[in-house]
Amino acid sequence: VGVKCNIAFPWFGMDIGGTLVKLVYFEPKDITAEEEQEEVENLKSIRRYLTSNTAYGKTGIRDVHLQLQDLTLCGRTGNLHFIRFPTHDLPAFLQMGRNKHFSSLHTTLCATGGGAYKFESDFRTMADLQLHKLDELDCLIRGVLYIDSVVSSGPSECYYFENPTEPDRCVQKPYTLENPYPLLLVNIGSGVSILAVYSENNYKRVTGTSLGGGTFLGLCCLLTGCSTFEEALEMASLGESTRVDKLVRDIYGGDYERFGLPGWAVASSFGNMMSKEKRESVSKEDLARATLVTITNNIGSITRMCALNENIERVVFVGNFLRVNTLSMKLLAYAMDYWSKGQLKALFLRHEGYFGAVGALLELLHPS
Amino acid sequence: MAECSGIDSNPSSHTMDKSITLPPDEIFRNLENAKRFAIDIGTWELKTFGIIAASDKLYEISVQEEVTARLHFIKFENAYIETCLDFIKDHLVNTETKVIKATGGGAHKFKELIERKLGLKVDKEDEMTCLIKGCNFVLKNIPHEAFVYAKHADSEFRFQTTNPDIFPYLLVNIGSGVSIVKVEAEDKFERIGGSSIGGGTFWGLGALLTKTKRFDELLQLASKGQHTNVDMLVKDIYGGSYGCLGLTGDLIASSFGKSATADKEFSKEDMAKSLLHMISNDIGQLACLYAKLHNLSRVYFGGFFIRGHPVTMHTITYSINFFTKGEVQALFLRHEGYLGAIGAFLKGAEEDNPNQYSWGENYAGSSGLMSVSPDMNPMQRARSGTFDMLEMDRLERQLVNLPLLQDPSSYIPDTVDLTEDALAREYWLYCFEEALDGVVKRAVASQPDMLEAALRAEKFRQKYRHKLQTLRHQPFAYGSLTVRSLLDTREHCLNEFNFPDPYSKIKQRENDVALKYYQKAVKSLEELSWEERQFALVRGVLAGNVFDWGAKAVSDVLESDPEFGFEEAKRQLEDNSGVDIILGVMPFVRELLSRGTEVVLASNSGPALNDVTNGELQILTERIAAMDPVIQAGLRDDRLMLVQSGSSSPCLDLSRLDKVLAMVVRERQTDLVIIEGMGRAIHTNYYAMLSCESLKMAVIKNSWLADRLGGKLFSVVFKYEVPAGKPSQDCETSTPS
Repeated sequence: VGVKCNIAFPWFGMDIGGTLVKLVYFEPKDITAEEEQEEVENLKSIRRYLTSNTAYGKTGIRDVHLQLQDLTLCGRTGNLHFIRFPTHDLPAFLQMGRNKHFSSLHTTLCATGGGAYKFESDFRTMADLQLHKLDELDCLIRGVLYIDSVVSSGPSECYYFENPTEPDRCVQKPYTLENPYPLLLVNIGSGVSILAVYSENNYKRVTGTSLGGGTFLGLCCLLTGCSTFEEALEMASLGESTRVDKLVRDIYGGDYERFGLPGWAVASSFGNMMSKEKRESVSKEDLARATLVTITNNIGSITRMCALNENIERVVFVGNFLRVNTLSMKLLAYAMDYWSKGQLKALFLRHEGYFGAVGALLELLHPS
Repeated sequence: MAECSGIDSNPSSHTMDKSITLPPDEIFRNLENAKRFAIDIGTWELKTFGIIAASDKLYEISVQEEVTARLHFIKFENAYIETCLDFIKDHLVNTETKVIKATGGGAHKFKELIERKLGLKVDKEDEMTCLIKGCNFVLKNIPHEAFVYAKHADSEFRFQTTNPDIFPYLLVNIGSGVSIVKVEAEDKFERIGGSSIGGGTFWGLGALLTKTKRFDELLQLASKGQHTNVDMLVKDIYGGSYGCLGLTGDLIASSFGKSATADKEFSKEDMAKSLLHMISNDIGQLACLYAKLHNLSRVYFGGFFIRGHPVTMHTITYSINFFTKGEVQALFLRHEGYLGAIGAFLKGAEEDNPNQYSWGENYAGSSGLMSVSPDMNPMQRARSGTFDMLEMDRLERQLVNLPLLQDPSSYIPDTVDLTEDALAREYWLYCFEEALDGVVKRAVASQPDMLEAALRAEKFRQKYRHKLQTLRHQPFAYGSLTVRSLLDTREHCLNEFNFPDPYSKIKQRENDVALKYYQKAVKSLEELSWEERQFALVRGVLAGNVFDWGAKAVSDVLESDPEFGFEEAKRQLEDNSGVDIILGVMPFVRELLSRGTEVVLASNSGPALNDVTNGELQILTERIAAMDPVIQAGLRDDRLMLVQSGSSSPCLDLSRLDKVLAMVVRERQTDLVIIEGMGRAIHTNYYAMLSCESLKMAVIKNSWLADRLGGKLFSVVFKYEVPAGKPSQDCETSTPS
């Protein structure tokens, strides 16, 4: 990482997912006067535009709290910025790239995610940009390992929840991911991928599920009429899922002791909604909460089964479904701990959705 | 997760008249003799099915004084529970039972009603325990209970051969939630997991999304929808497939993923379809993960989400195929809806040790599997959804595999699967329909002293004809359709109307005649040279085989000319010397005994057509022994054993033989098995592979079948086989006799 490279600025890494585009941008802070003079106007304008704003267009957002200061990357020192915008606004982004003559700076742009394939021709025709397409899982793992290794000051990159089964005492605690292998990496985007990672270059995709962040948002939109992830989460935080779900105690009056099922466990997600009266008595918030709980618990239970099958005890959850979604993180932490009787540990990373983009950036600087 | 509920599959039932009349002829026949009861009632909130189980001791056969125990199950909508209870009360005369076993989510709601109506104490049993008990029972006792569902295949159902070793298996019960249970032995099972995303999620979420209230309607919506309009597919993200992971473009990347980004209306059908895929895939995935963790390859699916619905069976099957890359097959059960009731009944009958017997599905009294084709008239589905019956006969002995089967798990008794072979099905259904008049005539003639015999025979005709019609439309109703199952169904229907043995008098007459010729036949055989004698013996067995009143061609010949009686027939074919058992088989046995071979002679336990039963054979052999010292010595020295096969069918299932026979075969180290006759050697067992030498011999008495096999009517099949690895020539001959 310390070796200087001759890659021209700007340095970008991009991850084009089903719902969101994630962009990381390295802003050099050690530009010499000489360099400054040589720097073309287009480059300056891009840097200024990205670093002086926290919002771009109607939907682009820079996650300032995630910004990494004074990072040394490839012999250069600077800040790493984390930007996201919805995939359906990609045309606007390409238009901007065209307006800012992005293509005059670069011949290739490192990109991963399905969109790198799907929109490759759009990049070429609309912005005259050549994409260097990268495998998303390779990038994801590279990104996770890199970010975890470089974050040393400020809030810890990796954290877990202490006392996950006691809501009053449940607190977020830093965790050191030294000697991380083997680990189960669960990436919750629109859908979910579960990877077993044995070393930086040795991993396999164990399975995946289509019940992911896209399902949560999609169902919430249909059930409540909301239109954004933030709105859906806000509603969920106000609702009560037990009015929507049928619990074990709703059926057995208490615990189902014969099978060791506690009364509070959900027996049937949305099970109460089979009854007309109950359908009429629930609120949109209740429905949003139930959707969140259903999707989250399901990811938890598939993850737990994979961990058992692969014989792995540490699980790292990443992906943008977890962004500002403490509810789901605590649920996952609870589920891992409770159903494994304390055997499994759920870990989370602060840069939850950006690892693929970081991996793409690293590929630009250090082709593997 | 844990709830097991039933559903009402009839969309129009809420408008139905609840004061229906039950047809007493069909439902709970012999109720007055019922000994025990059990009931399984679905959940309280929904209209559901209840199933009552009862057992009784059935008809007394005049000759044999035999009493058969039978289990009756009737499935009805909970709306009819009062009617059913009243019916039982009115017909229940002398039961000693004081208790009714009850299970299911609705059991406690109806407890008071049942206790009041029947005056029996309701004793509640754990749902899951009953479910598993019932599952073990049907898997062990009903051939073709489990099937694989293949939507686009010629026959939607591919029935599994019965494997006597049913454990371990995984049962995935999809009620409101999902329970995943690992079953390791009769009384050893464990709920190893589950999921809250189940039938209740499909129903509840589906009702919210589509404003459609009923489960069946939701499934109908789903079957018309396009999930790709709502789901985000891999190709929606990648533009094509994600090649390096082998994820095809059509794979769902995110369920409902499109409804989050697109600002548009989605059709009810599309949403229902997407929901169905989401839930089925999720359940399938979890089932595979559990199966892998516990190293299990047999996974059965049940619960109201499945209950015969083609849409859910298809999506679950698809999911299992996808997640296991075809290594595990999703299995479904024909009597899935009955498991709880069967289990509750067995719980109550524990003192009778029901598991020490084998049981058989009675085709006459069981409704069979409903057609699941969406093209099927919905009214037909609805009606049969109201009442559905299952009857099981207790067989007096335990049935097991023939120890000499080369590979019991792949043994298929039947030669042709009529479920898959449409041409053959067409022919045999026609053939059995054509023969019906003759069978009715024979039945009436067999009971000349009974005035109502004609009336009963007419009822038999109607019943069997109705069965044939059902099978024409739903060949899969009782598992794979075979010549054997058609024959057995006819036997069951005859029994149903008290014609347990229409051939008994003919057999007696035939035997008396044949006995007169026995000594003469033996004498003429002894005069032949060794080689000539062997040919003559084989010809004798085959010729005897021709005299089978059940075979159409033969009965046509014999019955076309009333003057052409048995005596004449025999005389015309005199050079063939003898009638089946006495003049064909016995001389053959005698020859074997004379050269020092031990012989185990297996015959049917119960009557079927004109086949000799073990009881009759005992008497006949005694009579022959009285005139033949060779047979006498054989019996005395225990070198000739008469054993019952456990079967009451004109065909033979070598995986369901009397335990005693299996034991004798093992103890005597049998090294040659001879199977004789069209039913046992052609319709069944033609391809059976044994671990010892075998000889299958029969005369083809059916011109259609002869054509099919490439021979002529009355051709001979003489198939001698030696298992691989044993030296000898394999000769198979088919020559006109």
